[in-house]
Amino acid sequence: MKISIDGLHKAFESRIRLGIMSALVVNDTLDFNSLKDYLDVTDGNLASHLKALEKGEFIEVEKSFIGRKPNTSYAASKRGRKAFNDHLNALEKLIKNVAK
Amino acid sequence: MKKEQDYFRDLAEIRSMMERSSKFMSLSGWAGILAGIYALIGAYFAYGLLDSYGLEEGSYIAQTNRLEDYFPLIALFMLILVLALGTAIYLSHQKASKRGENAWNATSRRLLAHMAIPLVAGGLLILILLSKGLVFLVAPLSLIFYGIALYNASKFTFEVLKYLGLIQITLGLAGACFPGYGLLFWAVGFGAFHIVYGTYMHYKYER
Repeated sequence: MKISIDGLHKAFESRIRLGIMSALVVNDTLDFNSLKDYLDVTDGNLASHLKALEKGEFIEVEKSFIGRKPNTSYAASKRGRKAFNDHLNALEKLIKNVAK
Repeated sequence: MKKEQDYFRDLAEIRSMMERSSKFMSLSGWAGILAGIYALIGAYFAYGLLDSYGLEEGSYIAQTNRLEDYFPLIALFMLILVLALGTAIYLSHQKASKRGENAWNATSRRLLAHMAIPLVAGGLLILILLSKGLVFLVAPLSLIFYGIALYNASKFTFEVLKYLGLIQITLGLAGACFPGYGLLFWAVGFGAFHIVYGTYMHYKYER
């Protein structure tokens, strides 16, 4: 069986990165702690995955302060949304092929 | 290279994450049932209080328009509100921690914000109307604004909340047509329909 892997993004191979993108496409912005709650991962682990997504320009990062506490919020970038969409379409195609 | 079953799992994960991060699913059916019971008990006491305001059947304006005279009524409604909210928060917290989640998260904050705006606006309007002696509008307006709040909130939690909202709005409008029977409509909306809704939610999602 031949499976086309067009559109499947390497960046979204990790399930945590996939989870981050899924949460960010349905929310305008989310802060670090909200993401951590949803994903159930350690600070360091989440930070490194976020860094990787930021480097690939899939997400946008905004640092601000709430009172004196630093607060970082994340949003999916235009490029990130498109890449995520393509990734979903590719997954759909793959699964259709499997079902045949 | 991933296997096919990995892709299925990826899709399941995406789906669950989208839902979990955009909708608050820890609302408990029991919270609805108990809120309905509080409302019915409250309506019973409110009936006695309303009698003392000299409202005759079919009349629009009460004998008094001093806001102080309505303090017992306002206190009664605040008590029902605090009890109902407290129960909902407590049960949501329990339901969320049973699933290892935190009830106070981005989705519950959004849910509350979308409910709070119509509720605060309605609450203030009701206080203003009381100060003009327009008691007959209190019950219908509280139903209407609560219905709008539910309809608004349904986008961020179980979607069936939308129908409960529409029912409350309809009952509120109907109640406004029949001055003197507002409390009856209020008891049906806040009391009976909360119990019906809570029972439905409990049997559909919690067993």
